[in-house]
Amino acid sequence: MTTALLKQPTQPTAVRKPNRSFVHGLLSNKKALTGMAVMLIFIALALLAPVLFPGDPSRITAMASLEPSTEHWLGTTAKGQDVLALTVHGSRSSLFVGLTVGIASTFIGILVGLASAYFGKFIDEALSLVTNVFLLLPGLPLLVILAAFLPPGLGTVILVLVVTGWAGSARVLRSQALSIRSKDFVAAAVVSGERAGRIMFREILPNMASIVMGTLLACVIYGIGAQAGLEFLGLGDVSTVSWGNNLFWAGNEGALLTGSWWVFVPSGVCIALVAFALALINYAVDEVTNPRLRKIKAPATPKNIERSAAK
Amino acid sequence: MRFILRRLGFYLIAFWASITLNFLLPRFMPGDPVSRMFARSQDRMQPEQIEALRKLLGVDDRPLWEQYTDYLHNIFTGQMGVSISRFPTPVTEVISSQIGWTLLLGGTALVVAAVVGNLLGILAAWRRGGAIDSALPPLLVFIGSFPYFWLAMGALYLFGVVLGWFPIRHAFTDGLEPAFTWEFIGDVGAHLVLPALTIVLVSIGGWMLGMRNTMIATNSEDYITMAEAKGLRPGRIMLRYAARNAMLPSVTSFGMGLGFVVGGALLTEVVFAYPGVGYQLLNAVQGLDYPLMQGLFLTITAAVLLANFLVDILYVRLDPRVRSN
Repeated sequence: MTTALLKQPTQPTAVRKPNRSFVHGLLSNKKALTGMAVMLIFIALALLAPVLFPGDPSRITAMASLEPSTEHWLGTTAKGQDVLALTVHGSRSSLFVGLTVGIASTFIGILVGLASAYFGKFIDEALSLVTNVFLLLPGLPLLVILAAFLPPGLGTVILVLVVTGWAGSARVLRSQALSIRSKDFVAAAVVSGERAGRIMFREILPNMASIVMGTLLACVIYGIGAQAGLEFLGLGDVSTVSWGNNLFWAGNEGALLTGSWWVFVPSGVCIALVAFALALINYAVDEVTNPRLRKIKAPATPKNIERSAAK
Repeated sequence: MRFILRRLGFYLIAFWASITLNFLLPRFMPGDPVSRMFARSQDRMQPEQIEALRKLLGVDDRPLWEQYTDYLHNIFTGQMGVSISRFPTPVTEVISSQIGWTLLLGGTALVVAAVVGNLLGILAAWRRGGAIDSALPPLLVFIGSFPYFWLAMGALYLFGVVLGWFPIRHAFTDGLEPAFTWEFIGDVGAHLVLPALTIVLVSIGGWMLGMRNTMIATNSEDYITMAEAKGLRPGRIMLRYAARNAMLPSVTSFGMGLGFVVGGALLTEVVFAYPGVGYQLLNAVQGLDYPLMQGLFLTITAAVLLANFLVDILYVRLDPRVRSN
């Protein structure tokens, strides 16, 4: 939710180049570059994990609760596992689940949003009602109760996160699709007899690409954070190595009380870094693709500067 | 009035949906969590209690609709079965003994975060590009990227274990008798600081940015220029003219934010072993205590829906446009 709120009103640039290509815009945006660099590092780590730390990362390799040293850069857990290996391997599950959840919930959001906007009337009423109910039900308790009843496993985690995560994206995408639905070119397509599916996916959808991208990023952030929360409560698949499970074991083994900060800090920092990097890319997408956002906010700026100068 | 009725209808549908979900989950899930639970705790239970639980969780031969009407009847008469992990206390009793702590924690955190966050947002928008405006938003968003429970762990470790400034677990010192004495209230306050602080830290960024962005739009309205031309004091313009009109979206997010705070409070309670419903929910999950889990879910949902309804009523009071429709 916070991501949608941080639409940084951009500084009024001297010359705004019209029709810059999207990719070029992103590549010349500092926020996007920082975010993408961080994400690339994490993706590379996830892919290279079996090469960097071959074998099962949760096997016991050393004495218990060792402080960080040259041999174990991030120390060892209370069981004697290497924390760095756990953290690097953990990125695999966390990124995978985050991406899967993000893509799946955005996909459902697109379907619901487009159907609502295109068909309107009863279908819109019904879909909006379901969306709003899901938005209102408190997410974490719902997650917990779903996960508790379903058989444990990675599939369950993904399913549960999609069930609780799609509604937000559906609402955002619906309102965007609604405004495009009322444009003349859509009316023209309807009159010329195009099929409903074609209008939704070929006429309306391409025009909301940036919003879809923003929703996708927000959903991935949600997926990674919610997976960690679920696993921290012991409701994930405890046998896999992921950031959330690392934190679950850290809590379980009393890492906090024994002062082993190196056990719980790395996984948390990784989650935060990934979430922050994705959020940065999200703001950058906003800035690059949404000139309307700048136009509304731009006139306010000079006046405000005068005002603060007058004080 | 029509607005209020429509919203009320919507909340009733939402509540009905969560009850139905509660009803369907144990009945249609693959595998059989219920018999797992029975296997674990059968020797402690009376036959009639087992029978009641079977009905509650759907290990039952009657037709589905009959079970459903029975279930609805039980829920609305407050019969949610007995807790397994705290056998033989009824679920409602377990919940009512703990919901107060969650309300205290969640309420304090929500109010502090909303008030401070909105004030910071007002100041940031009023002095665009000033110290608050340029330094705080990125910092708060970065802090907001951390998982709730991880910040809680960090705070517990740093302020509780290393520095020893605050107690690290539970809501009051063991052995202290709950009473309205200064000693007890002070003790509860000291135990409240860390859990509340972590929730405030994570959620304050959203409040601040939301308020700031609406304030920026409000600041360019004509009546602000008019107020300046009249020579009103800047403080008065800022609070009475600009902030007051920028407040509406914040009121709406207050209702929405509740769900997040509840979620945050659940995880934070687990970290601090704070005896609220979240901590109890975790215990219920670990003890395969399905009746308690369901009861907790329904209670939390009902609380969130009720709070949202109250926010709607407040909204009607604040915004005359809703009333005239």
